[in-house]
Amino acid sequence: MSAFNAIGEEREIDRDEFTPGVEPQPTWCPGCGDFGVLKSLKQALPEVGKTPEEVLTVTGIGCSGKLNSYLDTYGFHTIHGRSLPVARAAKLANPELEVIAAGGDGDGYGIGGNHFIHTARENHDMTYIVFNNEIFGLTKGQTSPTSPKGHKSKTQPSGSAKTPIRPLSQSLTAGASYVARTAAVNPNQAKEIIAEAIEHDGFAHVDFLTQCPTWNKDARQYVPYIDVQESDDYEFDVTDRAEAAEMMRETEDVLNEGTVLTGRYYVDEDRPSYTEEKAAVGELPDQPLAERYFDDDAEWERSYDLLERHT
Amino acid sequence: MSDDELIWRIAGGSGDGIDSTSQNFAKALMRSGLDVFTHRHYPSRIRGGHTYVEIRAADHEVQSRGDGYNFLLSLGDSFARNPQEEAYYGNEEIKPLSENLDELREGGIIVYDEGLISEEDVEAIDLHERAAENDWHVFPMDLRGLAREHGREVMRNTAGVGVTAALLDMDLEHIEDLMSDAMGGDVLEANLEILHEAYETTREEYEFEHDLRAPDGSHDAEQALLSGSNAIAYGAIDAGCRFIAGYPMTPWTDVFTILTQNFPDMGGVSEQVEDEIAAAALAVGASHAGVKAMSGSSGGGFALMSEPLGLAEMTETPVVLVESMRAGPSTGMPTKPEQADLEHVLYTSQGDSQRVVFAPGTIEEAYEQTRLAFDIAWDYQIPAIVIYDQKLSGENTNVDVDFFDREVSPDLGSTLTEDELREAAHDNSGKFKRFDYENAENGVASRSIPGQKGGRFLATGNEHSPVGHISEDPDNRVAQMDRRLEKLESIRAELDEERESTQTYFGDETADYGVITWGSSQGAVEEAIERLNANGHSVKGLSVSDMMPFPEQEVTEFLESVDEAMVVEMNATAQFRGLLQKELGRFGEKLTSLLKYNGNPFEPAEIVEGYEVNVAEEDREPTAQVRIEPAAGD
Repeated sequence: MSAFNAIGEEREIDRDEFTPGVEPQPTWCPGCGDFGVLKSLKQALPEVGKTPEEVLTVTGIGCSGKLNSYLDTYGFHTIHGRSLPVARAAKLANPELEVIAAGGDGDGYGIGGNHFIHTARENHDMTYIVFNNEIFGLTKGQTSPTSPKGHKSKTQPSGSAKTPIRPLSQSLTAGASYVARTAAVNPNQAKEIIAEAIEHDGFAHVDFLTQCPTWNKDARQYVPYIDVQESDDYEFDVTDRAEAAEMMRETEDVLNEGTVLTGRYYVDEDRPSYTEEKAAVGELPDQPLAERYFDDDAEWERSYDLLERHT
Repeated sequence: MSDDELIWRIAGGSGDGIDSTSQNFAKALMRSGLDVFTHRHYPSRIRGGHTYVEIRAADHEVQSRGDGYNFLLSLGDSFARNPQEEAYYGNEEIKPLSENLDELREGGIIVYDEGLISEEDVEAIDLHERAAENDWHVFPMDLRGLAREHGREVMRNTAGVGVTAALLDMDLEHIEDLMSDAMGGDVLEANLEILHEAYETTREEYEFEHDLRAPDGSHDAEQALLSGSNAIAYGAIDAGCRFIAGYPMTPWTDVFTILTQNFPDMGGVSEQVEDEIAAAALAVGASHAGVKAMSGSSGGGFALMSEPLGLAEMTETPVVLVESMRAGPSTGMPTKPEQADLEHVLYTSQGDSQRVVFAPGTIEEAYEQTRLAFDIAWDYQIPAIVIYDQKLSGENTNVDVDFFDREVSPDLGSTLTEDELREAAHDNSGKFKRFDYENAENGVASRSIPGQKGGRFLATGNEHSPVGHISEDPDNRVAQMDRRLEKLESIRAELDEERESTQTYFGDETADYGVITWGSSQGAVEEAIERLNANGHSVKGLSVSDMMPFPEQEVTEFLESVDEAMVVEMNATAQFRGLLQKELGRFGEKLTSLLKYNGNPFEPAEIVEGYEVNVAEEDREPTAQVRIEPAAGD
């Protein structure tokens, strides 16, 4: 018998269940792209059969970090840049939880960049949504790792001398097994991609373009957008690493020239997830570790049994 | 200084097998019925560099290194860099001999490998003159040649042990048994041959004029030889911890390694991760998901943990961290002990600290207090830290095997089951009131675990309402802050009233002079006080383990009972004395500090001397490399 009966529960799920009673209306600015992420999650989760209490949403800091204030699941609003290591451990402690991590572009590609690389490298089975608005919003408009070269702000008054980070390419190189970009202005695609990401067994990274109407007015609102799967102008195989890499590079290059390319970029269904890899080398128990603490019949090995080597 | 003790020092280069040889020799002494205590001195290098391990063995309890030592087995450094005298680093080959002479007691024994160290080099350091002055007995032996003849050169350690056993008139039985446990086949055969050959040759070649022999002793119960790192790891296992995340850093790596090696067989999970921010964040994440989890590091890595530590405080996620101090600041002296991270561990991370910190003083305390840290952390949903150091981490001593004969406590403390959650308070939308200050007991509000039905809530590093929603409401803020701080007062009350004290007292209860210490300096202080009292002084001692919450009552009573006290600690700024005065707000005029920060732990004689300088001969400066910080007003 499980101690976690919300997990795997079969029942009708209403998307309203994901709307909290405390603060049903987010405090994001009108027109903010973050609403798009919230909406796509509220649609995708019931669609893939997940109930609020079998989902753990782990967020970083920033406007995006408030996602789990407005999405009623188990939530952990952590600290700046550290959502991924918290999320990874929760998944290892209880692999049956549906773990979704989220944060902004500064959070994930800047301060948390090291965790991003390693989580992708290890291919933890979780979804990672990066709210990419190319700016630091909550701290009022500073240049971020994804801001275009030449971006002027109070912290880069002469225009940034830095080329923006390449989130998709970096994710692929690091080892993510599902990489996509979507945009708040494209809700249908967003919902589909989020649902696919949740269902993907491995690290699914979604770079989610979320326009900031307050602090990044100069930036395009990510319209018109082009879905690379639907457009005849782009042809590549999402399961082919080299073709994916080339498509990602082009997508990153043209974004700041005004061409918004979105879609699935890389999908590797064969790469084992980290929990599978760890189990394969005998370092992950069969039963979720968290269950054991609620199991009165569990046997616990004692240090007393290790003493022979010391006598 | 006791005459019935052996303090055997084996010295060589890193990579010369000093560690494994000394470990086995210590075990052999323990099996022969002696109490043993080891002290390890090594450089931050993989190969070469002067290193030694000291084994103190006696027929009575030994909880500290001794003053100096009485038997040197010097292998020379076979990994020495180009042994040129004019080089900046001098002749490294002979350092395992030359660097160890100052501390060798009068009448002591020196065995050195003349296969590696030439007579010319020995003359260059005036060994024979110094031996004559100090009544040392010198035994040059071609250990390398002996090893080559019967096996391989790396077996010269075994030859050294054979010579040692001969000179000390020890039975070879235990040494042979341990060798047979550790190896087999040709390797075992060659080693046994070398051992016997060395033993016989020594007895044949030399007339023994020295008095030193291995002491006789016996144990009432079976003994185990363990380090502080073993004890911490085993305390964690028996507390039901089955998740550890870490990043390598000396000396904390030992605990990480021991648990990593044992966890797969126990259904536990160990993760080596990208940095210490991640390590502590993983421990927090695993705990949040329902597992007893820990992480740890040494000072530099612990600095990176301050963010997740603060997150654990604010989200009331139970977690245990261990911090193995080494000499700082910054990279400092990576392989040398110091007790200078106390303030770091107590206060790092923004905002008002809400954590528990224990500083064990012995191997047994390391085990007990690690378990205690887990109990408190999960009962009160608070981070608990065990702070120790390179000294306690690496020193080995014998403990009754029966000490460990206990049950595991996997209990998750104030965590609810789904059945209990049904009865718990929820808001209108069905969210569990995880941070319910109205129904808290001792400041503790019960927790739920993700995946449980009826338990959903938001954990956040922001200030939050009872269901975890971000809130900046002043009334809520004060209620939540007060509730979290109330937990510390409740813990203090539990430690004071309900549990056996973790503080250790020794010496003469009626004395009006006190010595206070904390953590791993305990053993040396205890022995110093024994010696002072045996020499007609009247001194009592207190070793404090509870750093936070501070045992106000116990320390106050102790300080009220004495006229003066000396605070002994291994750092340069008297951090523990500062804590004591901050917590108690008085006694400044009673407290003198004895500080040591040269990278080596206290020897009992240095504390005895500190007392003498302080109390009897105030005009004299200590001869040891220590500093006396006078009391306020002095």
